[in-house]
Amino acid sequence: MSDRIDSFSRRKFLATTALGAVAATGSIAMPSVLRAQGAGVKLGVLHPVSGALSYSGQQGRLGAMLAIEEINAAGGIKALGGAKIDTILGDAQSTPDGGTAEVEKMNSAGVAAIVGGYASSICLAVSQAAARYDLPYVVDVGVADNIVTRGLKNTFRFGPGFGVIAKTALDNLVAINNQAGKPAKTVMIVHEDSLFGSGLAKLLNAQLPQQGFQILETIPHPTPTRDFNNVVLKIKAQNPDIVIPANYYNEYVLLARTMQQQQIKPKGIYSVLGGAASSYKFVKEFPEAAKYIMDCNHWFDPRNAQALALKKKVEEKGQFYTYEVYMNYSCVLLVADAIQRAASADRAKVTAALESSTFAGHVMPYAATKFVNGQNQGAAPVNTQVLDNDIKVILPPAFANAKPVFPMPA
Amino acid sequence: MLSPTILIPAILNGLLTGAVYALVALGLTLIYGVLHIINFAHGALLSAALFATFFGYHAFGLDPYLAIFLLAPAFFALGYGLQRFVIGPASHGEDRNMLLVTLAIAVILENALLYVFRADTRTINLPYAFETIDFGFTFLAVPRVIGFGVVFVVALLLWLIMSWTDIGKAIRAVAKEKLGAELVGIDVAHVYAVTFGLGTACVAIAACLLIPTYYLNPQVGNAFVLIAFTIVVLGGMGSVPGALIGGLVIGVVESLSGLILGESLGQIGIFLIFIAVLLVRPSGLFGARA
Repeated sequence: MSDRIDSFSRRKFLATTALGAVAATGSIAMPSVLRAQGAGVKLGVLHPVSGALSYSGQQGRLGAMLAIEEINAAGGIKALGGAKIDTILGDAQSTPDGGTAEVEKMNSAGVAAIVGGYASSICLAVSQAAARYDLPYVVDVGVADNIVTRGLKNTFRFGPGFGVIAKTALDNLVAINNQAGKPAKTVMIVHEDSLFGSGLAKLLNAQLPQQGFQILETIPHPTPTRDFNNVVLKIKAQNPDIVIPANYYNEYVLLARTMQQQQIKPKGIYSVLGGAASSYKFVKEFPEAAKYIMDCNHWFDPRNAQALALKKKVEEKGQFYTYEVYMNYSCVLLVADAIQRAASADRAKVTAALESSTFAGHVMPYAATKFVNGQNQGAAPVNTQVLDNDIKVILPPAFANAKPVFPMPA
Repeated sequence: MLSPTILIPAILNGLLTGAVYALVALGLTLIYGVLHIINFAHGALLSAALFATFFGYHAFGLDPYLAIFLLAPAFFALGYGLQRFVIGPASHGEDRNMLLVTLAIAVILENALLYVFRADTRTINLPYAFETIDFGFTFLAVPRVIGFGVVFVVALLLWLIMSWTDIGKAIRAVAKEKLGAELVGIDVAHVYAVTFGLGTACVAIAACLLIPTYYLNPQVGNAFVLIAFTIVVLGGMGSVPGALIGGLVIGVVESLSGLILGESLGQIGIFLIFIAVLLVRPSGLFGARA
């Protein structure tokens, strides 16, 4: 009798403690959720603001911050009672390890989502780290296809991947070449050797011969590289009709300037995701080296009033209106819209809202967003050329404001 | 691809780069030859000198080549002070302590630079930095050609100092036989400090020569010092002509490896040479047997 009473009371004791613990956590958790709704929604903004990619990282951060300021000034997330967006800034230090470390920090800080990454190698690592916590992650720029083809439910890419970009770039190159009477037959590719450059070079190597171009050589180089003399010597020796660079800002500028220095003038410099080829900073600082360079890259919708207003705002701050700015701006607006539609900062709900998103309030020349396996279907690049010390859009015709000049005048 | 039209410019570029490597190695080998320590702070001092030149350009518009005349004496004083008042006393005369103290200085200096200037990669854009001299078959960048010339002038000056001045003779005496030098009345602490100062001044001049064509961040000095170590080993520890010739050789090797193996693997050539020298002739081309 006494045994039964003891075991009953022991079981009862354990059960009550367990229930008590659950209730306690529940009651502790509930007020904090209620507090969060009033206090603000945390958003992780992760970019390589130091290290080899620091300029692009800082531009990305600028774009994201401008969007957050605008959202907060307009009253925050209405569905959460006007909750403001609390920014948790992260520095990926231009390495994948730096990125994953920041994901850990942001997760501990309780962010609802993360935006950014910039470089493909960093985005790849960040998407994986975020997936461990089911943390929704929106890629700002990173173009490697495998970022969104690994079945990670948390990863969304607003912009195009390099599969789409390479195809568009080559189709446009063929169109430009045909229009000029097919003067170009041989090509040399100069690419940086991380995930972005190598992946893109592989695609180009497969597709260029199919379009009738002969690839003389594919030259990889590390990021950072501060001496392109050897690379330019190889270009000089083989004299290709077209040089295709695919690298980040500093190396692109140095390659272009070294080519100018050694007086190498191919029929065209046709960049595919060239790091500086469609950058106002490059055109302003080195107009001679930048002349006539073509690029197939991310670009804003030139007919969109919001895009132009943002351009004005950025230039008034004394900064250049580069792709990192408007892509991050659009991505943050996209995430804010998802949180608004989910009416919650809960990660699973935000992820679901992103999956079903049809957001059209961005500044890119894409239609409303439609994510299939994390990739925005309408995303596409645009062809630009540096003409008259300005960057003009040459293709597609719907957005063009100039005709391509090809081959490069002597 | 291996035609003379590419090989010769590549070799010339290698010689120009190698000259600046040689200057960095010169400082290192001087310090080793006399103090018999590997100066681990060399890389951090190079980074500091790069930042000093950068700062001078941006704050005062000081042209890097003119900055040489300001920074070389300033860094000489810095090196002198470091050896005389920090490294010397902290190491209590033990060689291995000196190694640790220089390592500590390296860490402190690098992180101070990181704190003040952040890790961003920066460049200077000089108007003449991209001008070239036309040699007919190739164009060579003006700053590099100037750098080449200055390195030889500096090497010549060092040689003159070592051979003709009293302090130079004292340095050579201490390098050969420290106890004997002390016994004849040479102030060894002073000589050590002067040598360290000269080594640091070399690094400051190298920074001024590098900056028009290179980038800088707090870690860039380390990459150079790794190459400088290779040159010091190749040329012989303590040998000034060894550092010069070793530097030129390494520069050419790096350029040719980059050409043949591709930019990503280009540095392999340097380290293969490092290993080969250690295996075959550990004292280096011009080094005295230890």
